[in-house]
Amino acid sequence: MDLYEYQARDMFEKHGVPVLPGIVAETPAEAKAAAEQLGGGTVVVKAQVKTGGRGKAGGVKLAHSPEEAEAAAQAILGMDIKGHTVHRVMIAAGAKIAEEFYFSVLLDRAERRYLAMCSVEGGVEIEQLAVERPEALARVAVDPLTGIDAAKAQEIVEAASFPSDLQGPVADVIQKLWTVYANEDATLVEVNPLVRTEDGQVIALDGKVSLDENAGFRHEDHEALEDKAAADPLEAKAKALDLNYVKLDGSVGIIGNGAGLVMSTLDVVAYAGQAHGGVKPANFLDIGGGASAAVMANGLDVILNDPQVKSVFVNVFGGITSCIEVANGIVGALEQLGDEATKPLVVRLDGNSVEEGREILAAADHPLVTIVETMDGAAAKAAELANA
Amino acid sequence: MSIFINSDSKVIVQGMTGSEGSKHTARMLASGTTIVGGVNPRKAGTSVDFDGQSIPVFGSVADAMAQTGADVTVLFVPPAFTKSAVIEAVDAGIPLAVIITEGVPVADTAEFFAYAQSKGTRLIGPNCPGLITPGQSNVGITPANITGPGKIGLVSKSGTLTYQMMFELRDIGFSTAVGIGGDPVIGTTHIDCLEAFENDPETAAIVMIGEIGGDAEERAAAYIKDHVTKPVVGYVAGFEAPEGKTMGHAGAIVSGSAGTAQAKKEALEAAGVKVGKTPTETAELMRQIING
Repeated sequence: MDLYEYQARDMFEKHGVPVLPGIVAETPAEAKAAAEQLGGGTVVVKAQVKTGGRGKAGGVKLAHSPEEAEAAAQAILGMDIKGHTVHRVMIAAGAKIAEEFYFSVLLDRAERRYLAMCSVEGGVEIEQLAVERPEALARVAVDPLTGIDAAKAQEIVEAASFPSDLQGPVADVIQKLWTVYANEDATLVEVNPLVRTEDGQVIALDGKVSLDENAGFRHEDHEALEDKAAADPLEAKAKALDLNYVKLDGSVGIIGNGAGLVMSTLDVVAYAGQAHGGVKPANFLDIGGGASAAVMANGLDVILNDPQVKSVFVNVFGGITSCIEVANGIVGALEQLGDEATKPLVVRLDGNSVEEGREILAAADHPLVTIVETMDGAAAKAAELANA
Repeated sequence: MSIFINSDSKVIVQGMTGSEGSKHTARMLASGTTIVGGVNPRKAGTSVDFDGQSIPVFGSVADAMAQTGADVTVLFVPPAFTKSAVIEAVDAGIPLAVIITEGVPVADTAEFFAYAQSKGTRLIGPNCPGLITPGQSNVGITPANITGPGKIGLVSKSGTLTYQMMFELRDIGFSTAVGIGGDPVIGTTHIDCLEAFENDPETAAIVMIGEIGGDAEERAAAYIKDHVTKPVVGYVAGFEAPEGKTMGHAGAIVSGSAGTAQAKKEALEAAGVKVGKTPTETAELMRQIING
């Protein structure tokens, strides 16, 4: 889960990372009040979106008075930045910046440890810096068993060639950022820029934090950080039913078991769709291993309520999941829907109890259900029906 | 021969007395796996009956190993307790630990992987179906009745795609099929399996199944080019998957690759691997190789 800047700021503050005062606002009036609360002087009004490049898009404005902050918020709220609508701004206290640096720590999947990256050249496009002048970006491996202790923090600031008078203060902030990373179960903590102000303080001016959702069980407070309002209504419904669902743009509804097989099903449908007007999958829905008839019925309920769906492809390989449960779920869901069910279903079953599952579907003999024996054949049929 | 497990493997189950653990212990026993014990400190000294076979419960992995000579452990332990269970197994000196558990925090995996590596224990998983050497040993949750022994080696991030591929190639059969898991940090990689299959005289050809995310497939492609002489057929899932809502730019810098399915497919093809567009097409490519 990715956090908004203001959420990252609050999390930094909680772990003692120096940050500037900041207040989140959802209306221009709130922005004006926030600027007054911060002393009525110069503030920065920053769009809160989970994407980069907001400065270039006009999503960050300097305001010299509460009235200017109100006007800036008026301009920024509702703005579209790379497909993200701005619903909130953060009013941040102004700072006199002397220098900008870069720091991040993240999971290094390939090396199966952590990686700290640090540069004395911050506030820039760090990806570009990494390509054009890789020597300016220090990369230091971090052992999961020891983390970033004082010695490792010192190694990082030396590798990034900080002048000796800055090494101590920056290393201190880096250790605190590691506390955020480790104690909050983050997979990314990035500060760009990390700044030195004219009066000599080292401050995290902008922060990005990604949290590991698998660690939610030991962080009860993380659930409140989730942006439930931003979720698609069908995604919200699926989540409430404990289904692993992602809405896509196409017209073939997909239900399968196991993330890999479902991803593969999306691909196979899009591939088959090339011969049928370019139809694409409408969603990703994984009912998981050992799914019951009720889970199958819930999944169908979500998909059949998607107005974009024109046909549905149920693709199950019964490993632990029994095809009997899948078939009963389909039959039960269609019975419940009655005349409301109008979209054709293509079903492909294989594996555990496949004969019994196919028999249940054959016995129900529902006019909307077509059984196709192979995955590729079923995908072609579903694509054809969506294009009819 | 086979890789990692065979008919001599003596397996213990951590979490055998839980609902998932007991269900799958019964399945593993039914498919011929030699299961010599379970571990649960609160039930040490008792035993569990599986359809007439009595399996003893030990208080610790060390006890179980001392009394049974176990050399493999499989874990059906809830995410919150997985780290301590793996560390216990590593401390006991077990050569192979297979972690089925889904939802383990990645920081825990990074920590117990580093620890296992320092002590010489091979980990498979977490969040994986385990591995099967058909007709000899089945450690994990792979259905044993899909196919029998044969000369194809299979390595996959995904469980159900493993089953699908075993089903597609059930006429030929498998030496060993390994589900390595789809988590960001896993104990045994595609490359580890490719190396083991290359050295296994019973394996004639290899199917490698990958999916979006990370750069494991790109690394595997480079490894195949330099070290694998046996034919390899590939499949990559996730061409239509929505772009991950990644934040910051740090991830892309580390992997040096976008992690897209297209990038993985191209890397594999550049290494001489034939890549199928669908699981069925991939199976057909393998069948052509085996049947000449």
